[in-house]
Amino acid sequence: MFPVRNWTELRLTISLDRNKIIAKMADSYYDPKDLRKFGKITEWSEELGTKFFDYYGKVFEEGALTAREKSLIALAVSHTEQCPYCIDSYTKDGLQKGITKEEMMEAVHVGAAIKSGATLVHGVMMMNKVNKLDG
Amino acid sequence: MATKSLKKTGNELADANRQLEILSNGIFKNGELPTFADKIKETQQFPLRPRKLEILQINVGYMCNQVCDHCHVDAGPDRKEIMTWETMELCLEVIRNTGAHTLDLTGGAPEMNPNFRRFVEEASKAGIKDFIVRSNLTIIRANKKYYDLPEFFKKHNVHVISSMPHWTKGKTDKQRGDGVFDKSIKALQELNAVGYGMPDSELRLDLVYNPSGAFLPGDQASMEKDFKKALMEDFGIQFHNLFAITNLPIARFLDYLIASENYEDYMYQLVDAYNPMAVANVMCTNTISISWDGWLYDCDFNQMLGLKVNSKIKHIANYNEEIINNRNIVISQHCYGCTAGAGSSCQGTVA
Repeated sequence: MFPVRNWTELRLTISLDRNKIIAKMADSYYDPKDLRKFGKITEWSEELGTKFFDYYGKVFEEGALTAREKSLIALAVSHTEQCPYCIDSYTKDGLQKGITKEEMMEAVHVGAAIKSGATLVHGVMMMNKVNKLDG
Repeated sequence: MATKSLKKTGNELADANRQLEILSNGIFKNGELPTFADKIKETQQFPLRPRKLEILQINVGYMCNQVCDHCHVDAGPDRKEIMTWETMELCLEVIRNTGAHTLDLTGGAPEMNPNFRRFVEEASKAGIKDFIVRSNLTIIRANKKYYDLPEFFKKHNVHVISSMPHWTKGKTDKQRGDGVFDKSIKALQELNAVGYGMPDSELRLDLVYNPSGAFLPGDQASMEKDFKKALMEDFGIQFHNLFAITNLPIARFLDYLIASENYEDYMYQLVDAYNPMAVANVMCTNTISISWDGWLYDCDFNQMLGLKVNSKIKHIANYNEEIINNRNIVISQHCYGCTAGAGSSCQGTVA
């Protein structure tokens, strides 16, 4: 049995090792740490990067829609786009805005319903074709 | 949900020095993130110095009827640190002569101190402009002997500030314990019934929101709007202001961050959100925090970390406002919690 002191040390070590492992995965497509570097895209194209972030910031301000409503839309779209960075960001953003997990899951279902609906509505195209060729 | 304090369970994080060690090691030691001192040097704000003293915050004891997950005091029913009447008398002497306009009583649950009422009665005679008691709400419903607290507060024109982590039962009880939401709602209704929190009422009732996990609070004004709408629609409750407070990485919250492997990410969030504008108004620049045993600190967080004021006067027995106000404020990496985003203090945002 370790003295209690070592448990925190151990948990910290595990946490640090986990991050080291993630850092070593730089040759994979997604690294959670890259999210913090998003702003750096401006360095290679200052004008376009700055315009983008100004636009982005403006979009999420309170307007005809509340910042809260926009955050939920962003969360749903993050899922339909299957963007890990966006899911990370807008889950946290939702929590910061006091959005509940039930509200978040309903938003994700809205995205999923549109995705599946978009697939299924093409069934009509299939039906039209069948009716034409074999009706 | 915790039922005992870190101190009672013998957790190493009950030791303030161990907490300070953790906050100085790892990502801050290897230079991945700048220390708080280095960060405020960038804007020539080091050393951090007090402005005019405005708030005397007195912690009358760490005993509490609740054991909240993220409590920076590590308060709970098992904590026995309670301010004695002798120390209260020393505090009263200071309150009668201070230049501060606000007196802020906190705990634990301050109402559990056996001399709480006597202290409030005496302190309210001192002519302090704003007399705050930080009540956890559930104490009002915890035992018959506390049922009349709303009337008592009213009689002494106390400004009540209460914690309320969310307007839903699920999120509130997760952080503060089963049944806390229902009791808090009942207590708020009782405070409303005697006039607290009503529009235009001089009986001030403010709520404190702090996040339930490893994330920062959202915009204070938007949160206030959401809280007001939900509490009014669901329970007919009214209050004045909502203060959004950032969880500082100390005590139980630090334990939670490490155990849930959120410590590093949380520190990154705090450092990324660093706002030099918030540094200028951070609460340690206008507050003195007094502990249950009379020691003086720059803030309640430094009190919990055992970081006494950097002054030759360290105890209320030798209190001298002029000498104490001429000091450098003691800082460490937990201070990033008060300078993130719009800043954070016991009175909410500062920038």
